[in-house]
This record gives sequence, C-alpha cells and structure tokens, in this order.
Amino acid sequence: MLCIHDLTKVFAPGTPNEHVALDHLSLSLAPGEFVTVIGSNGAGKSTLFSAIGGSFWADSGAIFLDGKNITYDPEHKRAAKIGRLFQDPMKGTAPHMTIEENLALSYSRSQRRGLRLAVCRRDRDFFRSALAEFDMGLEDRMDTKVGLLSGGQRQALTLLMSTIVPPKLLLLDEHTAALDPATAGKVMAITNQIIQKNRLTTMMITHNIQSALSSGSRTVMMDSGKIILDLSGVEREKMTVAGLMELYRAKQHKMLDNDRMLLV
Amino acid sequence: MTLIVGSLQLGLIYGLLAVGVYIAFRILDIPDLSAEGTFTFGLAVSAALTAAGHPLAGVLLGFLAGSLGGAVTGVLQTKLRIHPILAGILTMSGLYSVNLAVMGSSSNISLVGLDTLFRLAVDLLPGVDKEIVRLLLAGLFCAAVVAALALFLKTHIGLCIRAAGDNEDMVRASSINVDHTKILALAIANGCIGLSGALLAQYQGFADISSGIGIVAVGLASVIIGERIFGRRGVTWGLSVTVAGSVIYRLMIALALKTNLFPAYCLKIVSAVIVAAALSVPAVKQMLARRKIKREGLRHAVHS
Repeated sequence: MLCIHDLTKVFAPGTPNEHVALDHLSLSLAPGEFVTVIGSNGAGKSTLFSAIGGSFWADSGAIFLDGKNITYDPEHKRAAKIGRLFQDPMKGTAPHMTIEENLALSYSRSQRRGLRLAVCRRDRDFFRSALAEFDMGLEDRMDTKVGLLSGGQRQALTLLMSTIVPPKLLLLDEHTAALDPATAGKVMAITNQIIQKNRLTTMMITHNIQSALSSGSRTVMMDSGKIILDLSGVEREKMTVAGLMELYRAKQHKMLDNDRMLLV
Repeated sequence: MTLIVGSLQLGLIYGLLAVGVYIAFRILDIPDLSAEGTFTFGLAVSAALTAAGHPLAGVLLGFLAGSLGGAVTGVLQTKLRIHPILAGILTMSGLYSVNLAVMGSSSNISLVGLDTLFRLAVDLLPGVDKEIVRLLLAGLFCAAVVAALALFLKTHIGLCIRAAGDNEDMVRASSINVDHTKILALAIANGCIGLSGALLAQYQGFADISSGIGIVAVGLASVIIGERIFGRRGVTWGLSVTVAGSVIYRLMIALALKTNLFPAYCLKIVSAVIVAAALSVPAVKQMLARRKIKREGLRHAVHS
C-alpha cells in the first residue's frame, strides 16, 4: 500500500545547524497493516510523517501510495488519500464552526460539492450515527462550536473527520499524548475500533512502549533518520516492554560507542 | 427626514463596502488593504461607462473590476507569499495608476445630467418621491448582495472559505486547495467593495480619484458598530448587522455634521478614532479589571 524508497531529508544543509532528519530510509507497508513507530526525540519519526503527508518535499527518494508516485503531489492532494492526526487536539478542527460543519468539510473529500448546500439531511443522519458510536454524547451537540469541546472530544472528532471517508493511509502522530490517561485510553480504543472496522493501513508514532507493542501488527524503531529495528510476527509477540527497552539501549550504546571510537 | 433618508441611502451603498470588509477581516481573518484601490476601481469603471451611456454595465463591471483587484491581492499573498498587508498595499498603489487611466487621466468625472441608474429608476416611477426611489434602488442592490452572500456561505465552497479563516491546516487536511479558496474569497470581498464604489459614483453623480482614501477604516467602523450593538452570531447575522452598522455610522456622521460638531474634513479622523476606540475596548476593560484586583489585593495584604 505504502512504499517508501531511499528517502532522504536534510534540514539547513551546508550550515552548522545541518541535521539529517531522514537518512536513506526505505519502508513498505502491506494493505491493512498497522505499524507502530517508536524512537527518541529527534529520531525523525514526525519528519517521516510530514514527508509522507507532503508538508515538504524530500531531498531524494520516492514515496508510492497505492501504486501511485506521490513524491511531488501537493499536500492538499495527498490529503484526499492520507488522514493525519497530531498531538495538538486544536490542529485538526475549526474552532468557530460547528461539529456538523467540521464533519461536512472533511466529508467533502468523497466528492466535490461546489455550490450545493454544505450539509444536507442525509449527511446529518450519517454524521449522527457515526458520532453515536463514540459514546461521548457528541451526536446530540451537532450545532455546538467545536472550540467549546474538550481536548479528548476534539481529538475523537478529528479522528472521525480523517476517517469518515476511509483514507488509504492513516498517520497518527502521538495523537493521545496531550490527553489525560483515561481520555487517552478512550481515544485509543476508538482508534483501534475505526482502524479494524475499515481495515485501514496505519502508522502510529507513540512514546508509550506498551501501547506500541499492544496496538497493531508491526513495530519499527527509528534513530537518526534510519529504521534500526523492524519487529513483526512471533518475534514481536514474544517481545516485552523491558526487552524492547533493552534492545533500544543496546542499539543506542552501539552508536555512542561508534562515536567515541571516532573521537579517539 | 432628509437627513434620515440620505443616511439610509448612503448607509446601504457603503453597506456593500462594509460587507466586503467583513468577509476579508472577519470571515477570512485577513487584514486586506486593497479596498482603498478596489473601491475607487469600481467607482472609476462605473463613472467611465456611465459617461459612455452604459450605467448598468458600469455597475456590473464595477463589481468585476473590484474582484479582479481582490484576486491580484490574493495571488500575491498566497502563490507569491507576500505578507497580506503588503500585498494589499501593492494592489492599492498599482490600482491608483489604473484608476487614473480608466478615468482618462483626469482626477474626476462629472455625471451631472447623464443617465445614471438612479436617474433611470426615478424616471421609471414618476409618481413616487424621488429620494424614496433612490433609497429603494440602493436597498435593492444591498439586499440582493447580502442574500446571495448569505446563501453562498452556506454552500460547500462557502464552508471552505469560512474554515480557511478559522483553521487553514484543517482545510488543507480536507483535501481543499487553501490558496484558491483565499483568492476566490478576496475576489468576492473586493467585488462587493467595487460594487459599492460603482453605485456611489452613479448615486452622487461624480467620481473622484481620491474616493478610496481611508475607506478601509470606514468599512471596519461599520463592521464594529454592527457587532457591538447587535452582537456576534452566525455569518448571515454578521452580514446583516454589518449593513445596519453602516447605516448607523452614516446617521452618526450626518448628525455630527448637521450640529456642527466637527467640520467635514474631520471625517477620516473620526472614523479612525471610532475604529481604534471600539477595538481597544477589551484591552481597556482588562486593564481596569486588573487595576482593581491589584488594589484590593494590596489592601488585604496590608491588613493581614
């Protein structure tokens, strides 16, 4: 479904601040695969998502989605096929518009509607039933301005908005990190429910190692713009949080040792 | 009576300007200064065409002229990434030359004795009071535009425009081209502003190259007066109270001029002061509230 080939991105090249965010990274995802992505800050996880989503162009390499080369597609065009969620719950919704209007806008990804009325009755019923599945009482507040909702409610709404027209690829960038533990658990449950129902090909960045191992079917670890570990199948099933932490430390130590060797 | 009817006429004509300013400043949340040029562009086109014997074409092309100016500002700030304020200033400066060219390199055109839309309407209804007919015509244009805009903003494209002013990222994530949405919205906003100028030229029977100076402040004053008196609600409400605000603004000005409160040349500073005062209300309120809290707090601190 998603095929990333030899992707490289360098920020501020040729300056003292030069930073290799993506280093000849390659990755393939099968249709319906749910991959969790872990790694320390600055490992290039979010940069990878931004490159796939089209916030910037990579310096070299190519990205294919569903067999099409999207490397140079503008961000808004990719958004038709890629749903994205961020850590900040404010980012995915328009605060001064109602729940219904927000949903109507994202629903328009299915078809261009031009000068037709933005919300018709059939859509309204569809939105209501979709919201009702969240069990958050949002279906009775369709005319509420989204700015009045809590962070968890906004994030749940954003999740519905980015999947109401099922995307080819769903990118979740620590989308529960800004929520309190109970709400985070609830939003994560909704996330799993939506992904399973629509069999969405998904990538999820998380700092919660437990959740990285329990969600999805594959886990990749990133460091310095590279994938340094790719776990799936039995190997992953047998992996524990402690074991993964140990592996992570070992990998990092090896790199530090290398650095030291260079310095000596 | 003359004062009220006159204020209503002007208020409705300038109401279209205020509606354009409302779309740019409130709905799109873009400080668009191109109005200073697009207002005069509409006025000049309308005057030139009326002088050539085509008053209706003058009004229609006045709208299109304004839209063209708005679209230029839109392209400058989106595709070419020029700061929105500078983009507006560039359009406004450039349009000054264009407007002079349209007016045959003269700084004013007189339409006295020519067939303007207002005069044609008066001739069409011979039994009715002349000023009432002029008021009706201004009201007709204003109501038609406000109704069309209110409906438009409820369509899918209208929703995109409103969302673009609220959360750009979310619009982009909905697979909508934000740049095109903004260009379209600025074209529509400045179309209304050009239409306002076009009607004004035919209403007052002359066009002057300096008509656009300070016009953004006039439009903003109307928007703010409407909001402060009637409150902020949905967009249809916003459009309507903006026109109401424009009428009230004209009434205030007419009253002040009639009672010799200030001479006519003070109009610009009065509108500037109205806008500055109204916009500073929240900050001043907060300052006073904090001063009170501090005073109370210090007094209690001494007692304990």
